[in-house]
Amino acid sequence: MRYLICIKQTPDTAELPKVKPEEAASGRLSVQLVVNPWDEHALEGGIRMMETYGGEASAITVGGEDAIERLRSALAMGCKDATLVKDTTADAWGVATLLAAAVRKMGNVTYVITGQMTVDGNSGTLPVALGRALGWPVLTGVARVVSADEKGITVERIVGQARHTVTAPAPAVLAVVKEIGEPRYPTFINIRKAARAEIPVWTPADLGVKVPVPVVHMSDFRKPPAREAKVVLFNGTPDEAAQALLDALLAEKVL
Amino acid sequence: MKTLVFIETDSGVAVGSSWEALGKALSLGGEVEALVIGHAVEAVAAEAGARGATKVYRIDDPSRALFDLELYTEDVKAVLAETNADALLASHTGNGRDLAAAVGFDLGVGVIADCLELKAEDGKLVGTRPIYSGNILVDVRVDGRPQIATLRPRAAAPAPVTGATAPIVDVAPAAAKARVQVQAVERAETGEISLTDASIIVSGGRGVAKDPDLGFKLIRELAQVLGAAVGASRAAVDAGFIPYKYQVGQTGKVVRPDLYIACGISGAVQHLAGMGSSKVIVAINKDAEAPIFSVANYGIVGDLFEIVPALTRAAKAKLNR
Ligand SMILES: Cc1cc2nc3c(=O)[nH]c(=O)nc-3n(C[C@H](O)[C@H](O)[C@H](O)COP(=O)(O)OP(=O)(O)OC[C@H]3O[C@@H](n4cnc5c(N)ncnc54)[C@H](O)[C@@H]3O)c2cc1C
Ligand SMILES: Nc1ncnc2c1ncn2[C@@H]1O[C@H](COP(=O)(O)O)[C@@H](O)[C@H]1O
Repeated sequence: MRYLICIKQTPDTAELPKVKPEEAASGRLSVQLVVNPWDEHALEGGIRMMETYGGEASAITVGGEDAIERLRSALAMGCKDATLVKDTTADAWGVATLLAAAVRKMGNVTYVITGQMTVDGNSGTLPVALGRALGWPVLTGVARVVSADEKGITVERIVGQARHTVTAPAPAVLAVVKEIGEPRYPTFINIRKAARAEIPVWTPADLGVKVPVPVVHMSDFRKPPAREAKVVLFNGTPDEAAQALLDALLAEKVL
Repeated sequence: MKTLVFIETDSGVAVGSSWEALGKALSLGGEVEALVIGHAVEAVAAEAGARGATKVYRIDDPSRALFDLELYTEDVKAVLAETNADALLASHTGNGRDLAAAVGFDLGVGVIADCLELKAEDGKLVGTRPIYSGNILVDVRVDGRPQIATLRPRAAAPAPVTGATAPIVDVAPAAAKARVQVQAVERAETGEISLTDASIIVSGGRGVAKDPDLGFKLIRELAQVLGAAVGASRAAVDAGFIPYKYQVGQTGKVVRPDLYIACGISGAVQHLAGMGSSKVIVAINKDAEAPIFSVANYGIVGDLFEIVPALTRAAKAKLNR
């Protein structure tokens, strides 16, 4: 079995507030880039599946050359191999099309594993689009893998406030949430291997596809209005402070 | 412009934020129709008419009792073809997001996901949505027809019940076979308010650490009196004080209540990514220097084990609960 884990390079969450509108518009960011945090959980989920059910975990990303460093992080966590699909022009459906073509080229992928969403794009629509492109079932909100083999998989999904146990035939796409597992630290050996690893770079032409023309257009990037919060503090005994706070909240009509 | 609104159901009951999507569709002007899919959803279909849809498509079948992405996608595509709508609108719940993505990808049209604002401009949609986890706002337009958008829960007022009635058109479920089989469903406790739909949230953080069970008991009691949902920081979840589904923030849920009461939460940027757009933020923290106070509207510097029960007492007395 092969588990293909889709990762994206995104800003360090601590630096997200520093992203400037013009940087978001051009895609040329001056902040520190890391593996999208949801995808670190996807990596952990995929590597655990490899350890539990056998086979190999691979990582893939669609991005520029600089994203190779993120693939090295995936190798350092324990992925057996990693692939860069080199493109920076595709929108969500385009990335799905490229990833689907890569999955077809690999030929032996049993489960594709993604994060729930990216901390930059925030759409969470890619896993479903990828599933549609491949014609595979998609399970989002996956919190736990109960069992998996070449034929199919049983997982627990978070669906709204409920938790569903579901089965799906293989191959399938799984979008995981944080509960799947805390990302492990890389081992010294894996870091060394990762530093030396050959990472294949596939262009859209190598995959035999044209990058689809973007259908999503963004404009007028701006900072959201700043909170005009100047905090009002209430003092006194706990009961006095609580009373005063409650009066303020009633006056604000939020109770 | 004609808009079709997907009304999500669960056990024959409408998912509340679907009515917000309907309300937003009505505000766009033009014709608004609804599509209700589920099992035993007669009342929901009637309610869609009472809330202003001029026609209601209904797919009512045991095979549709639970959301199934593949089956529902075929259903929606069939109804879109029949009604020839210019736009499809859904609430950005997990299921609404997945459905919009599948329909959009299949039809080769873009999706404006997770909008806070939506307007119509020459028969096309323009959505405003946050990206970079709430740190940037952007306007989004998509190519293709139908135009597809999902609306963040609590970003619009629900369509009011006017008492109108609308014709209900029964549509046969699309002839596809389900590949995903649901073996078991574990529901939330009855009466538990969903974080994403909540107008008030009381959240606890690592500040409960000296007695986590008591801390969250006090937080739940306050939530109960206020009719609020309970939330938590990642530190509280990672320490095992409360399950993951309560986590608010970057790698948890994004919420938008009128009132967010943070108890023993420092206010890390990753927490703010989940609750920073709350209308009013209250901080209860023993450290006057905690960053949460720089985004809070109101605060009490003190021990949450004393302040939270005092608030519960005050609320009981003032709100007569
Ligand atoms: C990739 C990534 C993703 C993340 N995702 C999330 C996320 O989704 N959600 C999230 O919340 N965090 C997230 N974090 C973690 C975040 O950075 C913080 O570590 C976390 O929010 C801290 O939680 P806290 O405020 O409860 O704990 P702390 O930062 O430890 O703060 C506890 C607070 O409680 C106060 N306190 C202590 N005792 C009392 C008392 N008796 N009464 C009153 N106050 C008291 C202290 O003064 C302190 O301010 C993420 C981090 C990373 C790197
Ligand atoms: N460029 C990309 N390359 C590989 N995987 C991606 C890419 N963009 C998104 N993904 C995957 O899709 C998930 C959802 O992303 P999104 O729908 O863009 O919010 C992420 O958590 C990743 O696992």
